[in-house]
Amino acid sequence: MNLLLPARVAPRRRRRIPAAWRTPLAVVGVVIAAGWLIVALLAPWITPHDPLAQEMPRLQAPNAEAIMGTDANGRDVFSRLLAGAQTTIPLALMLVVCAMLIGTVVGAVAGYLGGWVDEVLMRITDMVMAFPTVILAMVIAAALGPSIMNAVIAGIIVAWPQYARITRSLVLSLRHQNYVIAGRLLGYSPFRSLRVDILPNVGGPVLVLAALDIGTAILLLSGLSFLGLGAQPPTPEWGAMISAAMQHIDAWWLGVFPGLAILTVVMAFNFIGDSLRDALDPLAAAERPAENAVADADADAAAATDAAPGGAAAASAPVASAPAPGLPEEAVR
Amino acid sequence: MTAPILEVEDLVVEYGGRAALRAVDGVSLRIAPGEVLALVGESGCGKSSTARAVIGMEKPHSGVVSYRGGGVPALGLRTRPAEFTAMQMVFQDPNSSLNPRVRVAQQISDGARAARSRGVTSARPEEWLEAVGLAASFARRYPHQLSGGQRQRVAIARALAARPDLIVADEPISALDASAQASVAGMMRTLCLDSGAGMLFISHDLSVVRLMADRVAVMYRGRIVESGPTPLVWADPVHPYTRDLLAAIPHPDGTGTLPAAPAAESPTAWSEHIPAALDRAA
Amino acid sequence: MNALTISDLRVELGPRGARSEVVRGIDLALRRGAVQGLAGESGSGKSMTAMAVLGLLPAGGTATGSIRLGDEELIGMSTRRYRTVRGRRIGMVFQDPSASLHPQLTVGAQLTDVMRAHLGLSRTLARTRAAELLDRVRVPHPEAALKKFPHQFSGGQRQRVAIAIALACDPEVLLADEPTTALDVTVQAGMLHLLRDLAIERDLAVLLVTHDLGVMSAVADDVAVMRHGRIVESGTRAQVFTAPAHEYTRELLAAMPDAQEPLIDTTIAGEDHR
Repeated sequence: MNLLLPARVAPRRRRRIPAAWRTPLAVVGVVIAAGWLIVALLAPWITPHDPLAQEMPRLQAPNAEAIMGTDANGRDVFSRLLAGAQTTIPLALMLVVCAMLIGTVVGAVAGYLGGWVDEVLMRITDMVMAFPTVILAMVIAAALGPSIMNAVIAGIIVAWPQYARITRSLVLSLRHQNYVIAGRLLGYSPFRSLRVDILPNVGGPVLVLAALDIGTAILLLSGLSFLGLGAQPPTPEWGAMISAAMQHIDAWWLGVFPGLAILTVVMAFNFIGDSLRDALDPLAAAERPAENAVADADADAAAATDAAPGGAAAASAPVASAPAPGLPEEAVR
Repeated sequence: MTAPILEVEDLVVEYGGRAALRAVDGVSLRIAPGEVLALVGESGCGKSSTARAVIGMEKPHSGVVSYRGGGVPALGLRTRPAEFTAMQMVFQDPNSSLNPRVRVAQQISDGARAARSRGVTSARPEEWLEAVGLAASFARRYPHQLSGGQRQRVAIARALAARPDLIVADEPISALDASAQASVAGMMRTLCLDSGAGMLFISHDLSVVRLMADRVAVMYRGRIVESGPTPLVWADPVHPYTRDLLAAIPHPDGTGTLPAAPAAESPTAWSEHIPAALDRAA
Repeated sequence: MNALTISDLRVELGPRGARSEVVRGIDLALRRGAVQGLAGESGSGKSMTAMAVLGLLPAGGTATGSIRLGDEELIGMSTRRYRTVRGRRIGMVFQDPSASLHPQLTVGAQLTDVMRAHLGLSRTLARTRAAELLDRVRVPHPEAALKKFPHQFSGGQRQRVAIAIALACDPEVLLADEPTTALDVTVQAGMLHLLRDLAIERDLAVLLVTHDLGVMSAVADDVAVMRHGRIVESGTRAQVFTAPAHEYTRELLAAMPDAQEPLIDTTIAGEDHR
């Protein structure tokens, strides 16, 4: 993914929502995810019944009192569903953020320093990645002891390597960009070079990965809870609820509703991740109702003319403006 | 003659391990303060490799690069010592020369800061923008809001803001519109000379070089084949390569004259070594 | 009769709701055996004009007006029909030979493919013709060259191969969009000779699109200058270069290095060598 300047002129910065976010997919994703985030925030106050109280008649099909029915312990499924959001979603977010921080630092250091540091860090990364994710997570969670926090730790351990890899490859390619070298020539320390020149331009793809990863994290935490390695009873957690539902197959509401909850949240974050990726992809940018409609046309027309022998600049330098010959491109008015 | 700001002696730069390719095969040159030396040649002649060796991006296989009488530290992991920020570079590709996420003014200020770290004053970003022919209002813009030519001017402003005494310009005008090339090259010369800096101007375009370089060195396959004052080399080229190179330039005079084509793709005469063609005196 | 006649050509690009007109009504005629130059800076619309002639506008681009190739109208032609025109009646050469040649096919295969597809030649006949073409574009050792891959040639030779492919089916028109811009000047010189010779001996109508006025002056017989989608000046080469009528043309010529005063000290041993 080429993060650098697409060589188009944007005469004014627009304040409207960028085009990539106006797609139905993005809107749906944002709405659903926002909805669930609100639920996660407000869960303690909006549950109609106490998620832990076992006061209601057991295994009731959805009715007026309990709109999603009750479980084998007489608890309101709907209330547990809402409370489950508060369990799973913040923890999934935390998992992704931690994995991203660890992985990005490892990848940036490896990519920038190179040499033996790079070798060592990458071999460690490879070792972790060599294991099937879920199985490794299961092993770690089991070894640490079944609890939701240990499941999160296990998730962080299996998730950070992919961030390390993508960060490293981005840093490697950015390291040799002219502007990075220009910074070094101006006396930037390697640390400043990384911080100011490289990492901000690495952020995009990493964020896309993170957004898409949230869904995976939710699935992982739910999966571990389903297997008994994550959230322990009586904590309401969607995966655990599905696991419990297996004992009562004919009480369909026990498994279907938590399942739908997982489905909708994961899809919502996937839509957001896809939209983020499309927003950052310069190729897809060419097809959008452009901020730069005129410049796009000029860029196509200009591709042939703005090149150096050897073609070094040809690939990246369509020039949109046609300056008055011999005069500075932007005459002071 | 004043002490040269840059002196290169028998520089050799090789690439690749076993099948080592000699990109630069014994190049010597000298630049005095307030002088523009053009290094011209076609693709693959080694001019860019020479530039990179001068600023420390490439490690020479052998030979000496002297900046102000001393060596140049390699551009590795160590922070560049402040005194060497007086050596600045302008790159060929304007699109990768600026940090996409930082405003123009900030990037030029970085240059000014380097100057101040050496105890030298530098103007405000807006003043540098005007010096390179851009409106001061460009200061608040981001690089993606500028055209390629404008970005190159900003890159030049940033390099100049560091108040360098040596500028290495690697094909700085090649990616610009044809109509802007001569004027930007001229502007670079003027600004350089005004501050008493020396400039190593690398180009394949002899027509532009004729306008703004005091001396020219012609490179072919890693070696300098001819060098001397620009008007002299232009009017009276001695080396076969220089002659063929000059004869191959098409001139927009409307006569329909085809430029002379060399006899073969790489005539052996071009590899001749003619000592009299080097360091020609006026 | 002109080989190619362009009348009131307009090209519009861009997605719905953000259309822009990059070519705004131009007229141009190409006659056989002559080189028509189309000059202009980036963004002038000259490349889009070439793309319109070839029917290769970017997705969503539309061309209106008229482009007559002999007695056929190209605007509005079906894609299928266009494929029989492109490569057969109109040959094309672009700036970057590395991008126009298939890296994994031999040069011989690329030449014979196009001849067999358009002309239905037998393999042997196509091969013979391919060797002749390579010889005509002055690629050394044509027979051996047929078996080589593009990366085994220099940039200049690759461009010659591209020209050979463009001429393989004896087209009436050759469209060259910045054919020498990516080449070294010494290599370019040979290419300019080749283009001029081919135009004459094969009675081609050549449309040469370039921003390089030196190249234009060397090869073109007639010159049209484009700016912002319109032709601001057109005439013979001599007229446009020595007596330009339009202000913009004058500015372009004045910006050329040849037209400018050196900034350096041009006296050598007491004489002025300007």
